[in-house]
Amino acid sequence: MTIEATERVSVDEHFPTDDEYKGLLNRRTRRARFFQAACLAALTIAVLALATLLYTIINDSFGLVAIVNQNDPAAIVADLGHNPSEVSLDAVPYDELVGLLEASVSSGVGRRLERDQRFYDDRLVFESDAVWTEICSSAEPPTGCTAGPRDQANVFALVQERVVMPDVIASYELVPSLLNPEGFTDQVTRGFEAGRFGEYTLEQTSIEWRAWFNPTFLRTPQNSIPEVAGIRTAILGSLWLVVITLLFAVPVGVGAAIYLVEYAKPTRLNDLIQTNINNLAGVPSIIYGMLGLAIFVRVLEPWTSGAIFTDGVPPAENGRTVVSAGLTLGLLTLPVVIISAQEALKSVPDSLRHAGLALGATRWQTVRSQILPVALPGLLTGTILAVARAIGETAPLILVGAASFITSDPTGPFSKFTALPIQIFQWTSFPQQEFHNIAAAASIALLVLLLTLNAVAVILRNRYSRRAE
Amino acid sequence: MTDRGPVETERGRSSLRKQRRPGESLIRGFLFVCGAVSIAITVGIVYELGTESILFFQDERVTIFEFLTTTMWQPQVGGFGIWPLILGTMYISIIAMVVAIPIGLASAIYLSEYASRRVRSFFKPVLEVLVGIPTVVFGFFALTFMTPLLRSIFGTSVVGFFNVLSAGIVVGILVVPLISSLSEDALAAVPDSLRQAAYAMGASKFEVSTRIVVPAALSGIAASVVVAMSRAVGETMVVTLAAGASPRNFDLGQDSFFGYVLNPFQGAQAMTGYVAITASGDLSYNTIDYNSIFAIGLALFFMTLGLNSLSRRLVKRFRQAYE
Repeated sequence: MTIEATERVSVDEHFPTDDEYKGLLNRRTRRARFFQAACLAALTIAVLALATLLYTIINDSFGLVAIVNQNDPAAIVADLGHNPSEVSLDAVPYDELVGLLEASVSSGVGRRLERDQRFYDDRLVFESDAVWTEICSSAEPPTGCTAGPRDQANVFALVQERVVMPDVIASYELVPSLLNPEGFTDQVTRGFEAGRFGEYTLEQTSIEWRAWFNPTFLRTPQNSIPEVAGIRTAILGSLWLVVITLLFAVPVGVGAAIYLVEYAKPTRLNDLIQTNINNLAGVPSIIYGMLGLAIFVRVLEPWTSGAIFTDGVPPAENGRTVVSAGLTLGLLTLPVVIISAQEALKSVPDSLRHAGLALGATRWQTVRSQILPVALPGLLTGTILAVARAIGETAPLILVGAASFITSDPTGPFSKFTALPIQIFQWTSFPQQEFHNIAAAASIALLVLLLTLNAVAVILRNRYSRRAE
Repeated sequence: MTDRGPVETERGRSSLRKQRRPGESLIRGFLFVCGAVSIAITVGIVYELGTESILFFQDERVTIFEFLTTTMWQPQVGGFGIWPLILGTMYISIIAMVVAIPIGLASAIYLSEYASRRVRSFFKPVLEVLVGIPTVVFGFFALTFMTPLLRSIFGTSVVGFFNVLSAGIVVGILVVPLISSLSEDALAAVPDSLRQAAYAMGASKFEVSTRIVVPAALSGIAASVVVAMSRAVGETMVVTLAAGASPRNFDLGQDSFFGYVLNPFQGAQAMTGYVAITASGDLSYNTIDYNSIFAIGLALFFMTLGLNSLSRRLVKRFRQAYE
């Protein structure tokens, strides 16, 4: 007992020798180094995650495919009397493409295509004039009666879909395509041996390089066949949404920010507004979707379907239109716009306000001609970030019922629409690999759009901060 | 002499009283209305979610008691217990936090305490880009990268095509920048005098960071974690795409707890996932499906509201201590 006690005391009072001291010091240093390395590793993991995400998308957007064309495009071009080595199918004149369609599709399908959108302004291809006049004067005229004629890209897409009918039976990712192209040929051959490709034969199949993300993909409307589908409809839908979102969120958001920063006295009501805005910024986007569904799509249906603006047939049969979705996204981005506009206004020095007021300007005159011009770049940055937020939102659009399958371009605020994120969502949820390829390609388009917007925001911010210095 | 001097009134006295300016008041009124729109949004959300939820509970197939206590969510056969959906949401969020807290916090400590200016200028934009990537792209990533990866590690027979783990990890990655940037702000707000005092006592950078700065910023860090949790609870796209569309109905007495109820390798529909899947189908008004998404939405709204208020309270406490 006594020995133990003295030992303990001696340890406590023991002054470390040189070696012990160095040992302790080393341990401390090691621990510190380890900690620093671990923190850096965590940061690197975050960067790696971003890199992997981009890698996954690019990897799926390019690569080898095994493709079976029901009709060989080169043979079609040759049949039309062009030299296949000089003219590709998409460069064939419009009239000849329409002729190809006329020769290949059944009259029923042709009539349906023409009712969706006509081929020429001045003449009809599949319908007779009498029937056309009749259906266009009926209670529910098809879209072809009002929409303009198809263009080259549109008809080329139809020719792809109806005449060439390409079928990608297998696809390979970018990195293995580059490192081990033979592996894909083996895989396809094995697939044929196992009878996985149905009635197709190995001879029909050609192995091609395919960039799923290509200019045609951007220009072609949506299609249920992944090989010929494009995102034109979705891009236009997204742009329409952004326009309506901005028209709502920017005036209201900046107005609210001006009120809160320049006018509001710290009354209980104004405090409530401020707290409420902070709360709204944390509400999940899907809840805004529910609000949009209940208010814009359902209650305000006469307005959002455009019914009250026309005497007869409303432009849309229900409220699931561009304007409903745009306003929903407007509500969603409003807190973002208000908060960033408040930051921009608060960063304007008080001396400007005092100077304006001291010269006898009213508050609004001071705001309009002194404060807003100085705060403008900051306001713009916030606005662009809000747009970036709106363009990537998916959940609220699902709620307000963005149509996932729609082939005609949105023509106005009262048309049905689809949007880029919706398209990515739908294509990702299909099991076939080709849909994942086009989902990846659409993701690239979306990211490019976002990066452009962010770059603009950064440039504006830099210019702004330089001016303020 | 003066064109616009004080107005001479009939009595010959100059009036220096404030002039009435209808234009000014009009503008002020308009700006106030803009501010009040935000209140209207909140009222709208609460009203719509509330009334539709009341309709939901008025349906003879549903009772509030059953909704809050039973563990079967099968709308087709009249099973309306919310717990399977809450299980999905909470499980995914907790996995996300397990991933995001260490990575986010360590990143924040590195950026705030260690990083040189150059290192910061590389990592900060990367984190900002990560914030800007749409969640649907993360959903694609979960389904085409994370799930195959997990299946190749643990075996396809163990890991389902839809699983909670993949969704949780990807949601975690998604909220890392949130934790790191908010925590970094909290760490940076700790007064330098504390650090200098510790250095003067001979503490190393590691000791200063872990024993002085982090404890001092703890409520700010906690606030960032709570915000991230709220974000994870409300996250929709990753959860819908990667965790599947079937609720994990369970019976606590009968189902194996770790083999089934808390199995991370199988799918479990979350609250947001249920709302998104139900709404993406054909949804007619005044059906029990339509009303049910609002009831789920109301629960979700209160969950995130609670988390956000908690986080703001934490931040306030932090501010009071240091400002």
